[in-house]
Amino acid sequence: MKISSVKIISLLFFVLSAFYLYTAHQIQVFSFDENAPFNAKTFPIYLGYAGMFLAALKILLPEKSIEEVNHNVLDYKKVIYLVIIMIFYGLTILRVGFFLSTSIFLLLSYYFLGERRWILMLIFSFPFVALFMFLLHGALNIYLRDPLLKYLGIIG
Amino acid sequence: MIEGILIGLNTALSLKNILMVVMGCFFGTIIGMLPGLGPMTAIALMIPITYGFDPATGLILMAGVYYGAVFGGSTSSILINAPGIPGTVATSFDGYPMAQQGKAGKALAIAAYSSFAGGTIAAIFLLFAAPSLSKVSLAFRSPDYFALMVLGLTAVAAFSSKGQFLKAMMMAVLGLMLASVGQDTLSDIPRFVFNNMNLSDGISFVLVVMATFAMSEALMIILKGTDPSSAAKAISLKELGSIKLDKEETKKTLKTIPRSSIIGFIVGVLPGAGSTIASFLAYGMERNFVSKEEKEKFGKGSVHGLAAPETANNAACSGSFVPLLTLGIPGSGTTAVMLGALLGFGIQPGPRLYMTNPEIFWSVIMSMYIGMVILLILNLPLIPYIARILAVPRTFLIPMILFFSVTGIYLMSFNTFDIFLMIGIAVVATGLRLYKFPMPPLILAFVLGGLMEENLRRSLLISDGSFNFLWDRPLTAIILVFTILIVSWQAYSSLKTK
Repeated sequence: MKISSVKIISLLFFVLSAFYLYTAHQIQVFSFDENAPFNAKTFPIYLGYAGMFLAALKILLPEKSIEEVNHNVLDYKKVIYLVIIMIFYGLTILRVGFFLSTSIFLLLSYYFLGERRWILMLIFSFPFVALFMFLLHGALNIYLRDPLLKYLGIIG
Repeated sequence: MIEGILIGLNTALSLKNILMVVMGCFFGTIIGMLPGLGPMTAIALMIPITYGFDPATGLILMAGVYYGAVFGGSTSSILINAPGIPGTVATSFDGYPMAQQGKAGKALAIAAYSSFAGGTIAAIFLLFAAPSLSKVSLAFRSPDYFALMVLGLTAVAAFSSKGQFLKAMMMAVLGLMLASVGQDTLSDIPRFVFNNMNLSDGISFVLVVMATFAMSEALMIILKGTDPSSAAKAISLKELGSIKLDKEETKKTLKTIPRSSIIGFIVGVLPGAGSTIASFLAYGMERNFVSKEEKEKFGKGSVHGLAAPETANNAACSGSFVPLLTLGIPGSGTTAVMLGALLGFGIQPGPRLYMTNPEIFWSVIMSMYIGMVILLILNLPLIPYIARILAVPRTFLIPMILFFSVTGIYLMSFNTFDIFLMIGIAVVATGLRLYKFPMPPLILAFVLGGLMEENLRRSLLISDGSFNFLWDRPLTAIILVFTILIVSWQAYSSLKTK
């Protein structure tokens, strides 16, 4: 028997709702609030039950047509590359600074998406980020942490 | 009201705000033209920028983006049969055949005039309806608000996804769950923070919108291998032809505009309906209004068939501001994003907005007129030029969307945890969208979560824990009856198809 992906997602949602409900019951409320008609855990408890109920309906009710996605035509490789580059960007933005990390993020993203026009790639990474930083830092006075540029004496 | 209009005009006509409308319309038109990237993505990308302005300016900018995106969507519908947004699908039924007959310029002109007229007429309706409705909505109490929010969520879930009601409701519950993360507003008790300090203030609204729309939209484009800029490339190469309408075409357009404006506005006011339903409904109704001879032309390049949906979708945009401005409850995903942004400014839209922040209330309405004029100027002569700007390859477009999303959230918190959380939510949202789980109900629920809990809390405390408040007041009961009707209709239609 083949189970549709939507039913599997619904099952995951059921588990998530059950976990949410369990966590909602664990919320520590003030002792004087424990028996109040409404306290910090009342609404989450209702939500947990609602989530479980809806997910159960989706799992149990028969589907009109099974919607399956053709995974062979989807480009997972590029998406995974992009997600990894974004995580790398998040890891370096504070340590390396905005300028270098953003420029490298853009350069790598262009490359992994299949761009090979290096001059354009370079223009839309380093000079583009410098202009963006100038607008934020210089014109709008928004602070951007950048240890590298600070070390080089470019920003104060 | 005259005083209010003057306040609104004074604010809306300031150089900064006019500039914001121009910027918003321009940016919105560009995003709206790209198939797959709708007004919600455009507004989401704009939110971090709006926080640098005062609330009135921020909302004016977002409203401009909204109209621009709806306007831009019609261009790609007409020229290449690829609607930028669902609200312009009906535009392609007659707009594209007209373009194929070498009348692309005329089709664009009809769309631009109809959109302008629809938006302007609806803004006049809004001018009169909003203050009156604000006064009426002062009679609303917590149980009514709670019931109205339940109705709004149910309606959005019912309309946002054809035949996917349960999926949409699951997304609404997920949105409410995400909204419950962080400290309880009344008792400050931490909920679902798992000893993580970064979660104690809750999940940022901008983060959720960016992740579920801008970022997941970009990931979807890569995943499916589509190229949204191909539409723009086709537009710039196309011969548009004359944009001048003859007497007959003008007469037909003028006949269609008033009735479609009314339909569009009414549908826009209803929670959950929005521009897509308005445009389809106006198209269908127009077909019944015209002569038998004209009816035959529908789907083959009818002027009536093009003018009706274009008028209605813009009128619906103006209409959707009515529940937002008067009740503080958004009727669509797009206005939900705007509500979230307003709450970020510390402003609570609702019946009292009219009195407490008249400059916001009136300037938004006034800026609509200015926006319509700007869109008319933008859409007609500048479309081929805008299209050229748009012909940016996706290898550059996608990294730019991701860059603005990540930078937008980083600049708001300077916290890398938010970046990772956004990436995580975007990946999950992309997976869910692949299996047609709609995102607008999630956003609406996320925005309404806090208000819904607050109103339920008050209602239950007043009624001493009893759920009698649901039928004690006739208004609450009526609203809940509508909710039950929507749910029953959904259940009936799904049983019927089986």
